[in-house]
Amino acid sequence: MGKMSRLGNDLYQGRKSIDFTGRRLLWYGVTILIVAAAVAGLAVRGLNFGVEFTGGTTFSVAVGAGNASQDNADALRDAIGAANIENADQPVVTTAGDQALTVQVQNLSPEERQQVEDVIEQQFPDVAPNDVSTSDVGPSWGKEVAQRAAIGVGIFLILVVIFIWAYFREWKMSVAALIALIHDVAITVGVYAWSGFEVTPAAVTGLLAILGFSLYDTVVVFDKIKENTTKLRRRNQSYGDAANLAVNQTLVRSINTSIVALIPIGAILYVSAVQLGASSLQDLALAQFVGMGAGVYSSVMLAPRVIVNLKSLETEVQEQARRAKARQRAEAADRYAAVPAVTAGRPARETGPEGLEDDDSFRIDVEETDDESVQPAQSPTVAGRGRTVPTQHRPVAPSSSSGRNQPVRDPRSKRGKK
Amino acid sequence: MAARRPSPGRTLVIFFLGIAVLYSLVALTASWKPALGLDLQGGTRISLKALNSPSKDNLEEARKIIDQRVNGTGVSEASVTTSGSDEIVVEVPGDTKNRNELEDTVKRTAQLRFRLVACADADPGASATACAGGSGTPTLQRAAPFGADKGKGGKGKKTQSPTASATPTGTASATPGDSGSDQPSDSTSPSTDATTDPAGDGKEWTTQDSLDWAQAPDAEAVAAYNALSCDKEGNVVDAKGKPGATTKDPKVAAYAVDTPDHALVSCEVRGGSVIKYLLSRSVIEGTELTDAAAQIPQNQVDWVVTIDMGNDKDKANPPGSPGAEDDFEKISEALVNTNRLFAIVLDGKVLSAPTMNAVIHDGRSEISGDFNETTATSLANSLKYGALPIAFDKDPKVEEIGPSLAGNQLQAGLTAGAIGVLLVMLYCLLYYRGLGLVVVASLFVAASITYAMVLLLSEAAGFTLTLPGIAGLIIAVGITADSFIIFFERIRDEMREGRSMRVAVESGWARARVTRMAANTVSVLSALVLYIFASGVVKGFGFALGLSTLVDLAVLFWFTKPMVSYLAQFKAFNSGHKLSGLSKETLGTDTPRTRVVGGEA
Repeated sequence: MGKMSRLGNDLYQGRKSIDFTGRRLLWYGVTILIVAAAVAGLAVRGLNFGVEFTGGTTFSVAVGAGNASQDNADALRDAIGAANIENADQPVVTTAGDQALTVQVQNLSPEERQQVEDVIEQQFPDVAPNDVSTSDVGPSWGKEVAQRAAIGVGIFLILVVIFIWAYFREWKMSVAALIALIHDVAITVGVYAWSGFEVTPAAVTGLLAILGFSLYDTVVVFDKIKENTTKLRRRNQSYGDAANLAVNQTLVRSINTSIVALIPIGAILYVSAVQLGASSLQDLALAQFVGMGAGVYSSVMLAPRVIVNLKSLETEVQEQARRAKARQRAEAADRYAAVPAVTAGRPARETGPEGLEDDDSFRIDVEETDDESVQPAQSPTVAGRGRTVPTQHRPVAPSSSSGRNQPVRDPRSKRGKK
Repeated sequence: MAARRPSPGRTLVIFFLGIAVLYSLVALTASWKPALGLDLQGGTRISLKALNSPSKDNLEEARKIIDQRVNGTGVSEASVTTSGSDEIVVEVPGDTKNRNELEDTVKRTAQLRFRLVACADADPGASATACAGGSGTPTLQRAAPFGADKGKGGKGKKTQSPTASATPTGTASATPGDSGSDQPSDSTSPSTDATTDPAGDGKEWTTQDSLDWAQAPDAEAVAAYNALSCDKEGNVVDAKGKPGATTKDPKVAAYAVDTPDHALVSCEVRGGSVIKYLLSRSVIEGTELTDAAAQIPQNQVDWVVTIDMGNDKDKANPPGSPGAEDDFEKISEALVNTNRLFAIVLDGKVLSAPTMNAVIHDGRSEISGDFNETTATSLANSLKYGALPIAFDKDPKVEEIGPSLAGNQLQAGLTAGAIGVLLVMLYCLLYYRGLGLVVVASLFVAASITYAMVLLLSEAAGFTLTLPGIAGLIIAVGITADSFIIFFERIRDEMREGRSMRVAVESGWARARVTRMAANTVSVLSALVLYIFASGVVKGFGFALGLSTLVDLAVLFWFTKPMVSYLAQFKAFNSGHKLSGLSKETLGTDTPRTRVVGGEA
């Protein structure tokens, strides 16, 4: 545990940092690939809808008084399930009264129907063929149930977008959360498409659970991003860095959450695999497992990237990024040289300290410029950069201490406060 | 701040008292075992066979309406399917106690009509000729000994004259009606067969025509009225005791069939006695209702079904009338303060035949009758979701069905749940040590509250646990634990900033609380929307999700946080002991770090 905690501390302090917001092309590529695979699965293999959606065939087996026990029903279910009939691999067998069993399977072709009847006959040799009656059942999840659910989801998404917008005061976060959501749902649907799992009402509710979980997890991470990015100016951070720090700081939480959330589902998976073999419970758990994993993954890897990407299009954020970068370079080069220059708003002259002279940027905050500065000289434009070199406020003289030109320093009392 | 913050101990005590109250409620009302769904426990299957081979669309529409009826209230996740070309199969979980009511709810056509009473007769045998000629004799012998006329229009009056709204009633019940007494029936009175222009005034049959007709029914109707009588069950029969609709004389038989634009002879069963009525054409149809609900009106003891009529011209009956609300107003104006009756007819039988106590302007009304809570709710649901387009065989096949999943699935689900929760607890203990104990306790508390809520709700709202539902609750464990993780990580972050534990708990809480509220708002939002818009399984899911989210919030606010605050008072925790989970080592702050001069980036 100690290591994990130390890692947590380092991540929190920003001493260790994993880049969660950069290398956009790579990660967008990965995301698009995954989603494309899911969509392809949907297009190529389609979804295997269960009896509840498509309707199916019901066999009524009159097994005689007293024989319609739960044990017989279970035995028949196993027998039909083991018979490898394509549309009858997950039959629903129930007792009806005390003398009949009903078997419900998906729509069958005449041959498959015959196969099922054969299995029933093997299982119950006493039952005459006349005692097995078949009828077609319609879907219990008709179109309008699906429609109403879809309307519900639609309204929910609209409300969530509005809520995130209102809470974070940032519509771009809504967009990022939605993209992460689409990613998660696509992966889950893709699992159903490629694996050929039967889509049951339980699967639908599972998908809805993932919908909620994905947004929930994204909101938690975004909350930290919001907290970290409100005081960018003071911390001299770019939006991207602050967001990245936020994701790093919540990383331990994200890891713990995914572990804790996935343990119970893993347990369901394990137990159903060991105790039950193939079952709808196992399908549901597997899809949930993947979906929840995707939810945590996307809220760490995808959503912050998208939001940083979107935000970096804003001029204000770009300026802040430039400012922060210059500041960092300046500090790296000569920590102390940078201090007065930045805080007092005094620009270095063109051939100032390396850090500031760097062609990448540094724009002075006009607001912070001291009043008593010397006549600003019209500064020339640096060739090729299209940027105005800051006005020169003070005379510059060769300095003996640093061995190069330095601005003449104000007395301490007149310098700006840090 | 500090002064207003309730002491953690007190919050804890109140919280546990709340749980105790919850469990005593369970002990009083519900059973200790949760109701299981169709897939785990089985239930009742009702197979309805439609009469007269309906079209596919009609069958599907009927399925939809029945689905709404059984799933409309509560979240029991009943399943309704069509089977073959003319069957609808309804499966309801659990061994239904009110099987008859359930059957009624499912198969009731729910064709509601308001008609005007022309003649009424308490004793089918003796005074069968009471309505003949209609002149001079008081024809309406109401034998109703107890208040069936109660509260009519109570709702409507509320908006009009609140002072009169409390009139309970029974006042009008013993009054002998004399609706047919004023005018002899003559050739000018409107006839009841399908003529569209009874008054010869160039207009179609209007509400006014019905009002006139009820005052003076035509001879043919009276003859049919006399020819038919009621049996003990309230069925209309002819002289030989055969169902009225099968009588040889087609003219008489027409009066025994409930069609909107034909007069009707019908019966009401009330407390053992049977009353026969001659009723006008339908003046208001059930399709014109916009809402229906079961309730006990103020100052009354019996259940009624309140209905609200819309004023939709398109649905209006008779066609061309301005709409149910206006029709009803007109009728109530004509009937108010007289002894004339109108009848509420459901599926051909008279539910009640009250007098009008006030003029009703807003189309709100009540149906009283021999209701209890179940029957009133069932009728209200049937009315709300509309009449079935098809009729069903009288005796549906009703059978018990077993669970659709093998018995070992429930076992497996529960085992998985136990293992999962155990592992989560173990992980939390290992990772958070002392604080992990709080997590374990919180999970237990959350589990016990959820269990109690499931028990209560299966009693109150018909909530049933299905296997996916159980899986959902197990998954919710992870999300519940996440709220503790967020909180504890915040505390640790605060301590890494150099705060002491006691301070860190409070400041970390302030920040974790905001995050938690925001995140849970999303969950509650999804639960609410799904519950409101979806039906069946999805509705149940929304319900369970909302429930577990609220329980999570309650536990976090009223148990976990006070618990941590409470523990923070003890030295074992706030001194950074190794087992507290908040020692320097577990925070990772033990190694003297080479602090970068000039602050962190």
